[in-house]
Amino acid sequence: MSAQDRIKQQVTGAKIVLYMKGTPQAPQCGFSAKATQLLSSCGAKFASYDVLADAEIRQGVKEYANWPTIPQLYINGEFIGGCDIMIELYQKGELQKMVAKAMEQ
Amino acid sequence: MAGMVHPEDIKQMIERGMPDARVSVSGDGHHFEAEIVSNEFAGKGLVQRHQIVYRTLGNKMGNEIHALSLRTLTPEEQE
Repeated sequence: MSAQDRIKQQVTGAKIVLYMKGTPQAPQCGFSAKATQLLSSCGAKFASYDVLADAEIRQGVKEYANWPTIPQLYINGEFIGGCDIMIELYQKGELQKMVAKAMEQ
Repeated sequence: MAGMVHPEDIKQMIERGMPDARVSVSGDGHHFEAEIVSNEFAGKGLVQRHQIVYRTLGNKMGNEIHALSLRTLTPEEQE
């Protein structure tokens, strides 16, 4: 399976998916730590993939969303954004709503 | 240090790719913050706005430029 197919399967395999460096318990980058923290603040249950553990996914996910950095958040298979966008959505109260809605479904 | 990126380099790259933009960039060589005001952002969501800016930085983004926090505004939004 190609990296793009694997990613498609991953982002549609859970309602909320975070690509990050490290794991939620041990993030390896401040931005991935922040993304994890924001999702936790929203009460999100999410699947996470550690791009440092998989070079093919690390490169592939940049192409998948046409987005050059990690972390990347997906909800219901849709690319939502990186850390900045998550912060902005959280400050507006929108991330909380998106998470709550996804988890209700 | 060779290959180190300066805030001014990022500012110039963004300005080259987005001729109408007003750009300010600060940073320490690894982590940068940029505010970009441009009419190109009108009617676009955050993801598209950031993609427009990332495109001006080519493959430097995510490589030499580890992290760039973006604030993307239209002239109306800035006022």
